Amino acid sequence: MLRFIAMRLVKAAIILIAIVTLNFFLIHAAPGDPAAVMAGEAGAADKIFLEQLRAQFGLEKPLLTQLGLYLVGVLQFDLGFSYRQQMPVADLIFDRLPATVLLTITAFIISLVLGTVAGVLASARVGKWSDTLISTFALLFYATPLYWAALMAVLVFSVQLNWLPGFGYETVGGGYKGFDRVLDIAKHLILPAGTLGLFFMAVYMRMTRASMLEVSTLDFVKTARAKGLKPGIIQRRHIFRNALLPVLTLAGLQAGQLVGGAILTETVFAWPGIGRLMFEALAQRDYNVLLGVFFVSAAMVLLFNLITDILYRVVDPRIRVS
Amino acid sequence: MADFWKRFKRNRGAVIGLAILLAVVLIAVFAPLLFPQSPWKMVQRPFLPPFAMDRFPLGTDTLGRNVIAGLAYGARVSLLVGLISTLVSLLIGIPIGALAGYFGGRVDDALMRFTEFFQTVPNFALAIVLVAIFEPSVQSIVGAIAIVSWPPVARLVRGEVLSLRSREYVEAAILSGQTSITIIWRQILPNTLSPIIVLASLMVATAILLESSLSFLGLGDPNLMSWGYMIGAARTVIRQAWWLSFFPGLAIVLTVLALNLIGEGLNDALNPRLSRKGK
Repeated sequence: MLRFIAMRLVKAAIILIAIVTLNFFLIHAAPGDPAAVMAGEAGAADKIFLEQLRAQFGLEKPLLTQLGLYLVGVLQFDLGFSYRQQMPVADLIFDRLPATVLLTITAFIISLVLGTVAGVLASARVGKWSDTLISTFALLFYATPLYWAALMAVLVFSVQLNWLPGFGYETVGGGYKGFDRVLDIAKHLILPAGTLGLFFMAVYMRMTRASMLEVSTLDFVKTARAKGLKPGIIQRRHIFRNALLPVLTLAGLQAGQLVGGAILTETVFAWPGIGRLMFEALAQRDYNVLLGVFFVSAAMVLLFNLITDILYRVVDPRIRVS
Repeated sequence: MADFWKRFKRNRGAVIGLAILLAVVLIAVFAPLLFPQSPWKMVQRPFLPPFAMDRFPLGTDTLGRNVIAGLAYGARVSLLVGLISTLVSLLIGIPIGALAGYFGGRVDDALMRFTEFFQTVPNFALAIVLVAIFEPSVQSIVGAIAIVSWPPVARLVRGEVLSLRSREYVEAAILSGQTSITIIWRQILPNTLSPIIVLASLMVATAILLESSLSFLGLGDPNLMSWGYMIGAARTVIRQAWWLSFFPGLAIVLTVLALNLIGEGLNDALNPRLSRKGK
């Protein structure tokens, strides 16, 4: 197991280095001088300042040396400087990271729990109206742009019904402390996490349904039936546990989509995470922030993949042995 | 062909999807005839609600532009970007998958690591970075969508090629002295066509969603009216004017839904043996 984790960590490190290299070449591929790109368009860039930047980043040096310097910088958590916000990019991102982690993890749990439950229900009623209804919902969710669903949720639950706040992380000037503050944040979390989660729920539901149906045709299920076990027990102990494996694989593969979804959700709900930071950086063409958020979100995905890989081995003993 | 159509028709959803898509295509093609005035032009007072005036059935936006004309011109962008970026992804994904599957060994390893990299990297974040750095335009948007969408194609083609290359007719072609490229192109790829077509129809749907998300964030081509842009521009006035974000969103849902339904129908029609699985 330790060996496995070590191998995965090495692989993750290689991917991260590849992303940093990609970022480096993107800065150089952008139209115009890399120094101007890093300064964030012409607004912040007078001539002397650009000269300073060129010297600071060694832009006269050969490309490979520059790449080396850039890599070393990133390894020291130096993701560059945001000249627009007058702050190191790494500080900006770490300020915003907790909100994104809270949002994505809540959404992930909602989607996984509701998705598998709905999938199991649909598979037990193949061909009946409730199965059709659930499958239709999945098809609709697949076709709905996430940001639009989020806007419609604001329109219904915040503007029309006035049930939930549709904006921000907590009540501005609310002055809540302790448990009241937690409740306040939770209230603000419901709509963003709900929309993000419901969207992925459709994906997990379809997978659970298909995989439940597939496992239920296998020989060991026939054996269990022949032994006279109750259908409920077969459903839970024999079929569900095995059907969960492909869902877990899918959850790992979907991690990138979850981060992408968070960018859109945070934009709509003004949720102060790294997605919202990326949106703000877009309007200002603050490339250092954009590349920094891209790098950190990729790191999050890799970490998430590692966790699902480990979980997979815990759940499925066959892999542990081989 | 008649057989194909018979099987496709049996899937009621797919027929509905085809009808919706045809309607969207017609609107897109005839947009300049239906709405001769530019969708950017101010034609009425701003914030005219829908169904208030016959000439502007879906109302006007924050600058008094005709919403329904915007929808018609937006259909062109969505379909165009969806189609071209899918074609470009196929052009990247098919050769990579075919080479990996046919040659195996180190070539396969290298190409698959490369593919895996693009699969691990968060898609949407990469697309945003690419479009922002190369400045928003139809070309940069199509390029960015293609770059983040080709890995599934490569994996699919690799799998198909892998299973086909040990067939007897391929071995016969090798013995007859045909070059590898000819064998891949003439003998193997034609047999992988049906799963590629099914995947491509679903990819057009995903590409339309991606394009609209980019435009929503302000990364659309500044010269073209698109559905995502319309929703993005209406985001801040959602409390006053629900229709400005509601109708473009509905247009996206219908178009993407239609493509997904068609994809399922194509799957039933092209892979009849697989289609009833799990149903």
